[in-house]
Amino acid sequence: MSAMLLALFLVFGQLSLMAVGGANAVVPEMLRMVVNEHGWMTAAEFTALFAIAQSAPGPNVLIASLVGWQMASLPGAAISLIGICGPSSILSFYVAKLWQRFRDYRLCHAIQRGFAPLSIGLVLGGAWLLAGIANTGWSAWLLCAISALIAWRTSLHPLWLLGAGAVAGLLGWV
Amino acid sequence: METHNIPTRRELFTGFFGIGIIGFGGVLPLVHHMLVLRKGWLTDAEFTELLGLGQILPGPNVVNLSVAVGGRFHGASGALLAFSGLLLAPFCIAMLLVSLYQQYRGLPALQQVLAGLAPAATGLIFGMGLRLAARLERSSWCIALAVATFVAIGLLHWPLLPLLLVMVPLAVTLAWHLQKEPT
Repeated sequence: MSAMLLALFLVFGQLSLMAVGGANAVVPEMLRMVVNEHGWMTAAEFTALFAIAQSAPGPNVLIASLVGWQMASLPGAAISLIGICGPSSILSFYVAKLWQRFRDYRLCHAIQRGFAPLSIGLVLGGAWLLAGIANTGWSAWLLCAISALIAWRTSLHPLWLLGAGAVAGLLGWV
Repeated sequence: METHNIPTRRELFTGFFGIGIIGFGGVLPLVHHMLVLRKGWLTDAEFTELLGLGQILPGPNVVNLSVAVGGRFHGASGALLAFSGLLLAPFCIAMLLVSLYQQYRGLPALQQVLAGLAPAATGLIFGMGLRLAARLERSSWCIALAVATFVAIGLLHWPLLPLLLVMVPLAVTLAWHLQKEPT
């Protein structure tokens, strides 16, 4: 049990420091570690957990606590959430303090500009990878594309899109 | 004139708790609404700056932002309160959902719901990514880096850490040398 908790903490702690551009940027890496490297679950199980995490309110990091829950129930969930938020939070606490002093330096501007395309590439690449697993047929791809288009062009509340997806699934359209 | 209110520790916790409990998918617009418009804890410029910082640092953007805001007003204890306020309710709800899922995962209806939910959820991320991409600087090096990262992760399935070790220095160097044309 405690060996599993330690393993969870190490996996998510690593991911925490790699999550440039938000938690969604490391979902593919999480999948690679959890499914391929550790063999904790299948890719399909992981995708189901991802869908559940997206349906809960709050930041997307919850996927980590769901994986933790699956492996070691409540302690696992708590450890995984602390693992994925802790290291990066401590870092941003200290960097936010330093930034106040050095924000006008040229290097800071270069960092800010250089990271922007990387985080966009990470988010879209991650979405593409997940889509390959989640979308099992043409109707799923269509649903995914419609959802993407609406989320991009309108400010409709995401819950409506998730609800529509759930209904479409229940009706057997996907 | 934008007013500048200083939240108490209790207000930090309850403010972020409120965001956690209603924020589905994209929490960011809600955070902006609360911090700048409703509570006046930050000005727009301060918000943009702290958000930018949250985005370039690793970790969930909103979590980073909450830590930075909490820390600015009340140091480490403020950061901890904002952080736990933000995550407490979503964590409990996610636990509830996943235990329901464990209980009923054999039901065909649930499998069908998830089969529809997953593509819609993935679509949301595409939508957010496209939104960000539309605001990206229109220079060839920026677009090339974004495309290269997309291909490496999405199509070639490269592991993230070595990729970042190459891409981050490259991106910062390019941004340093290729100054934006003065407008």
